[in-house]
Amino acid sequence: MIVGERKPFSEILSMVEGDSKILILGCGSCVTVCMAGGEEEVKILGSQLRMAFRRNGNNAEVTELVALRQCDDEYLEDTPLIEKVKDADIVISMACGVGVQHASTFFNRVIDDKTIRVVPALNTTFMGANIDVGEWHERCLGCGDCVLEKTGGICPITRCAKSLLNGPCGGSFNGKCEVNKDTDCAWHLIIERLEALGELDNLKKIEMYKDWRPSHSGGPRKTVREDMKI
Amino acid sequence: MKEFEPRIIAFCCHYCALAAADVAGKMEFQFPPSVRVIRVLCTGKVEILHLLKALEAGADGVVVIGCKFGECYFREGNYRAQKKVERAKSLLEEVGIEQGRLRFDFVPGPGAKKFAAILSTMTEELKALGPNPLRS
Repeated sequence: MIVGERKPFSEILSMVEGDSKILILGCGSCVTVCMAGGEEEVKILGSQLRMAFRRNGNNAEVTELVALRQCDDEYLEDTPLIEKVKDADIVISMACGVGVQHASTFFNRVIDDKTIRVVPALNTTFMGANIDVGEWHERCLGCGDCVLEKTGGICPITRCAKSLLNGPCGGSFNGKCEVNKDTDCAWHLIIERLEALGELDNLKKIEMYKDWRPSHSGGPRKTVREDMKI
Repeated sequence: MKEFEPRIIAFCCHYCALAAADVAGKMEFQFPPSVRVIRVLCTGKVEILHLLKALEAGADGVVVIGCKFGECYFREGNYRAQKKVERAKSLLEEVGIEQGRLRFDFVPGPGAKKFAAILSTMTEELKALGPNPLRS
């Protein structure tokens, strides 16, 4: 899932300076699971904004809503939500960067009489897995050319700081990465896993340099399923 | 002018603080009448939002009173509560509300005296801080 972290309050406050009707829009998908932009976090930010405004003698009105998914028209096509957006001076989106952009594009497409400002409350950090309660680790870089079948299901592109394809570098020490001692050496994990799988021979095959064109280095990507289109 | 009596919301664990409050009443230990006790099954159930909302609504202070560490009926509820109070304090600091308005403490079930002392101390500390600035 996509993992995000809330921006510092002062940064969010500076985005809404001068606005008198503020709508905080949470997202009920990934950022709810990683406890950054779901219903609870929307209410906490709302409470903080109201307290800060009251302290400064500001009468701005703060409304709180959550869309099940901000990265899909289907979940934004909701008349009461659109009316609330229309009524607001600014929308603080607590979705990931995808949701913020999609909501902004959607609202400006369906609302004709004004331009809607949508600003982010989160920093989108990575695609990761829930490792423990309150802890998420990066697991996929979205490189567009998955190699997990060769590496025992552990990604060297994401989990090796150097994205090496043919074994560890000289900085691997006691199973830890030289870049950060709290980080496992991905190649240490891969070798252990391949050994357990009886697939150590995979390492004898030399991987050639990686083609990064399917990654973001080839510019923004898109997927089209022609069979789904009319 | 009437002396400022801080309004305190006390989230009390059913298994310890509430029992302590009951005993405090029976033994006639004095604690300020402006305290409002909210019973919770475990302090681990108190959410950050409950703490913020109490202050947003005008409480002068909020205290969460749970079991002693290692004695939680649900094993770790009090550890969770302490962490939530710490997180709520940092959220309050971001909006310019004094961290001293929020507190986590613990009492054993028979700790009536300590229960009364926590609330009396907090009342004195809040008197020094003054009323919740959101009320003015």
